[in-house]
Amino acid sequence: METIKLKIDNKVVEVAKGTTILKAAREAGIHIPTLCYLHLHDLNIENKPAGCRVCVVEVEGRRNLAPACVTECTEGMVVNTHNIRVLNSRKTVLELILSDHPTDCLICAKNGNCELQSMAQEFGIRKIHYEGEQSTYREDTSPAIIRDIDKCIMCRRCEMMCNDVQTVGVLSAVNRGFMSVVAPAFEMNLDHSVCTYCGQCVAVCPTGALTEVDHTNSVIRALADPTKTVVVQAAPAVRAALGEEFGLEAGTLVTGKMAAALRRLGFDYVFDTDFAADLTIMEEGTELLDRITRHLNGDKNVPLPILTSCCPGWVNFFEHQFPEMMDIPSTARSPQQMFGAIAKTYFADKIGVKRENLVVVSIMPCLAKKYECQRDEFATDGNPDVDFSISTRELAHLIKQSNIEFNELPDEDFDHPMGESTGAGVIFGTTGGVIEAACRTAYELFTGKKLQKIAFEELRGMEYIREATIDFNGLPIKIGIAHGLGNARKLLQDIKDGKSEFHAIEIMACPGGCIGGGGQPLHHGDSSVIKARQKAIYAEDAGKTIRKSHENPYIIKLYDEFLGKPLSEKSHHLLHTHYFDKSKEIKTVE
Amino acid sequence: MANIKLSANKLDELREVCKSFNNEKGELINVLHKAQGIFGYLPAEVQEVIARELNVSVAHVYGVVTFYSFFTMLPKGEHPVSICLGTACYVRGAEKVIEEFKRILNINVGETTPDGKFSLACLRCVGACGLAPVVLVGEKVFGRVSPDGVKDIIAEYAK
Ligand code: SF4
Ligand code: SF4
Ligand code: SF4
Ligand code: FES
Ligand code: FES
Repeated sequence: METIKLKIDNKVVEVAKGTTILKAAREAGIHIPTLCYLHLHDLNIENKPAGCRVCVVEVEGRRNLAPACVTECTEGMVVNTHNIRVLNSRKTVLELILSDHPTDCLICAKNGNCELQSMAQEFGIRKIHYEGEQSTYREDTSPAIIRDIDKCIMCRRCEMMCNDVQTVGVLSAVNRGFMSVVAPAFEMNLDHSVCTYCGQCVAVCPTGALTEVDHTNSVIRALADPTKTVVVQAAPAVRAALGEEFGLEAGTLVTGKMAAALRRLGFDYVFDTDFAADLTIMEEGTELLDRITRHLNGDKNVPLPILTSCCPGWVNFFEHQFPEMMDIPSTARSPQQMFGAIAKTYFADKIGVKRENLVVVSIMPCLAKKYECQRDEFATDGNPDVDFSISTRELAHLIKQSNIEFNELPDEDFDHPMGESTGAGVIFGTTGGVIEAACRTAYELFTGKKLQKIAFEELRGMEYIREATIDFNGLPIKIGIAHGLGNARKLLQDIKDGKSEFHAIEIMACPGGCIGGGGQPLHHGDSSVIKARQKAIYAEDAGKTIRKSHENPYIIKLYDEFLGKPLSEKSHHLLHTHYFDKSKEIKTVE
Repeated sequence: MANIKLSANKLDELREVCKSFNNEKGELINVLHKAQGIFGYLPAEVQEVIARELNVSVAHVYGVVTFYSFFTMLPKGEHPVSICLGTACYVRGAEKVIEEFKRILNINVGETTPDGKFSLACLRCVGACGLAPVVLVGEKVFGRVSPDGVKDIIAEYAK
């Protein structure tokens, strides 16, 4: 490897050729501030439009200051990252950005979590010397995401996420100069676009321009209503990330504290989405086996591969972009919706509460779930199976508002019956986890043998597209995995072109899977956080006594008492769904 | 604005244009240029077709269309009115002339009257500085236009 020597703030640094000043400095422990630049190292995602100029440094011998995020090091370069010229210039740049930015930080959804705000604080900005016109733009509220574009600083991270990583192509910079904004085509609202509500744009937006629709007040109201019984479910990925909001190190599992906090918030029953994940495996795993067997027996009407369907961002994606392939995904509902359907029938009956008096709240790492629970097909007589879906971030707010010292809480358990889950349910939270859970169950049901080794290491990791062949007693089952919608698109295109050899494919819309979901604590560009969460998820699985969905005693009981068997009529009615061709719904201007 | 539907042969023509540029993403600006030549403007449907043909997002196409002032999403009027804003014309009161057009037609620069008759645009020097201020209606040149003369020009076409 060819290396280069240079001096940064009088420190001699040696780096590989092609390294930017920004990276060289970081390697040397010098942290040059950045705003538009974003690098999610472990996910191989980079945004460098070189637009904000907050990262400028002085390079000896050059007349102009250089943006460190895009300027490559050269041999013998002498860089100064904090002399007075640089500091003044950075301040000016920041003040110019702030001169066209609302200053209502106190009531902004990102207050305390905004990169622009922290930078203004770090730079000690006390006065904005440039007075100019403030751009105004209408607020756009969709079922999951709010766009408040007055707070946009045109870093274009969202655009990169939506176009390059997710390949959904909803967002683009439009108009020019002072009028420029990031917007969907024809500046229509998000809910008229092909947005999947994956929330990846929200996850990287440094300011309050993109935020989730906040339902915490509705939850507080339900909890205060004496006529309502309020049930809560928490998704697998939440327990691996919630601690970050309370200053705990990334990857700290807070399952027990989370259950305790939910109980103290006043929920009548503290349940676990992992239970529903086990149920999903029973249905999806059986469907998988059924389709593979029929296909192998020569039934040409049964298409393979079967695709997982537990990610609503992914469901939105194929409904919009690949409507001709709607018969390929499994018909199994997401765990969130399975939970709601069972809670409002089986469980409501059990405790003798009427459907309309039972409120189901879900805690999700996900923004697409906010949209999913509002879909018409998931309601009975206008009463939704899941009433409110709130994000991990919203739950953290709720806990703080309620004066609960999270870190001091004891570890508590979930309630029964819908709080009991297996290790298979937990791993739903990471890329590779759903298909591993399905393999654990499908293998044993298909072969009639016990698995020698429960962990399928070959399905794990962070590679965007992974493949593995699992030996089902002489029958090689080919598995594909993709996370990030751009990668899902590749596998889908292969299927469309008849080039796919997989039997089953797992897809999650978010890079990393739900652990990297749009509703998780913000990573602020540090992707090692997502890796740490993944580790935590697998650790939780490894610590469980029961690790296969079909061995969950409460799932067995649910089938005995209520559902009959997987894919039964009742299961179909409550746990499966159908998809809609949304490609025609793409609206043009009036 | 009414939703226009592309006629089949116009659609074919548009596809041909994309093809003539090998459906290359990088040729988007050229394709848009040609398309505006065909349609006179770039309605949403045209942008959607181009996006599909060049395999880019509609949002991106819209982004480019709104970035360059040359592109327009509004159909030109039957009688496109252009007012020169070059130095000579400007100095001799072109701005007042524009204001008068805006007032009488009740539209802004870049817009078209609801009946589709007139649209309003500004131009750089058209090389007739001796006649400043200059107004063009279609191909026809009107010189030494005063704000008072605007209503007569409009009357000439408003039949
Ligand atoms: S939520 Fe996902 S699909 Fe929608 S605009 Fe954001 S990144 Fe694009
Ligand atoms: S909406 Fe947020 S992420 Fe997108 S350009 Fe604006 S500030 Fe950046
Ligand atoms: S990967 Fe998980 S968090 Fe992301 S959209 Fe899908 S279900 Fe939601
Ligand atoms: S961070 Fe370098 S230009 Fe924005
Ligand atoms: S400035 Fe108007 S014609 Fe030259």
